Amino acid sequence: MTVPNDRKYAETHEWARLDPDGTVTVGITDHAQEQLGDLVFVELPALGKSVAKGQECAVVESVKAASDIYAPVAGEIVAVNEALSDSPEKINEDAYAAWIFRMKPRNVAELNELLDASGYEQVIASDNA
Amino acid sequence: MPATALRQTPLFELHRESGARMVDFSGWEMPLHYGSQISEHQQVRTDAGMFDVSHMLAVDVEGERARDFLRRLLANDVARLVAPGSALYSCMLRDDGGILDDLIVYFRAPCRYRIVVNAATAERDIAWMSEQSAAWLDVVLAPRRELAILAVQGPQARARVSAARPQWQSAIESLRAFHCTDVDDAFVARTGYTGEDGVEILLPADQASALWQALREAGVRPCGLGARDTLRLEAGMALYGQDMDETTVPAEVGLGWTVAMQDNGRDFIGRVALMQRPPRFQTLGLVLLEKGVLRGHQNIRSVDTDTTCGVTTSGGFAPTLNRSIALARLPLDCSAGSQVEVEVRDRWLRARVVHYPFVRHGKSLLPPLD
Repeated sequence: MTVPNDRKYAETHEWARLDPDGTVTVGITDHAQEQLGDLVFVELPALGKSVAKGQECAVVESVKAASDIYAPVAGEIVAVNEALSDSPEKINEDAYAAWIFRMKPRNVAELNELLDASGYEQVIASDNA
Repeated sequence: MPATALRQTPLFELHRESGARMVDFSGWEMPLHYGSQISEHQQVRTDAGMFDVSHMLAVDVEGERARDFLRRLLANDVARLVAPGSALYSCMLRDDGGILDDLIVYFRAPCRYRIVVNAATAERDIAWMSEQSAAWLDVVLAPRRELAILAVQGPQARARVSAARPQWQSAIESLRAFHCTDVDDAFVARTGYTGEDGVEILLPADQASALWQALREAGVRPCGLGARDTLRLEAGMALYGQDMDETTVPAEVGLGWTVAMQDNGRDFIGRVALMQRPPRFQTLGLVLLEKGVLRGHQNIRSVDTDTTCGVTTSGGFAPTLNRSIALARLPLDCSAGSQVEVEVRDRWLRARVVHYPFVRHGKSLLPPLD
């Protein structure tokens, strides 16, 4: 799957998309879901929680192991994808559509510190090497 | 990169061509899954899946005194195998009663037995068996490293094997559970590690690919070690090295029933020690009542206390139950039906103690949990 151009990426395999209303939507990449295997549980962050950039704020559990999800920018959690509670496998099915949480960023400029699609493609390439 | 090259089974190329994700299992490069571990698990519960378990090892034990030797070597009693083609499950113990391995022994004919041992312990098992048989001049041990092993499991497994190999059909149809037979160059046993019906087939390595392909064409789906682990956990089958090891005696890991003490004249290795080693704990099942996943090595405490009273040994997500389950070491006075808390990362989550197996023939055996 090609890495979408409409969002930014962290080296820890989260994607972050700035939406027209100024919120940032976050999920994990297709590469990440493939490495993890079948997901069986997603621990969503609490609404209203304030997180620092790089702070663990959610967990995805696969059949093999638990994996932390890190906030790609600092901000406050304003929405979580409840559908993942019953169907965590949606992330395996379409990682770029199955968003995990949405944040109000403290400073939108922090998004510029993240990788663009080709930068992330290089991360995948070195992961697979 | 591993320091030494991983060993490969005769089906390695086929796994790679199928897009398997490969992992290191006890020094062997084995398929973890072929795309979806959960879907492979479900296939075995509802239809038929197959596993390459050629990393396990068959050891033939033959000779005039093979039976007497095995009655000394193994904690279960092979004298119970009266009809050729019958088999039993046993632990092999150390002198101190600790478990060296769990295995299945097949009685093929008078003076001819076949034992199948775990991959992780195979070399140690062979060394131990050789040492123990040194004084038994007419007992011959033959590790059969040239055999491939395929496990075909599921309610439709035997039917699909017969479809792939019509000339085996009548042998397979008349094969009873926990029995074995020989057809062509294959040794076929109606045994398995999934809690479903099925067969395990041992055959010359150069015939394995053809059989695997024929089984695929007959609708059997390749399944990896990931599914094998979730299937055996649901079926309540212990995994050596995880649920039990050399420091545990059979009664501590739910295997007291495999130790045959009835014949007082049978001094098997570890018997005397077992009589002086009552169990220190017991193994029971856990079902997680909250959302999350139990894993091995998680501490357990009674509800609202601070003292750890047990530990999980194997844990994971059970696709058939859509819940997380575990096998756990608990105090001897703990009983099924009680509630405990398990330390999952940094939180204590509630779990119910249950008997295992958790699943049989595709159906949950759990009591109501609400």
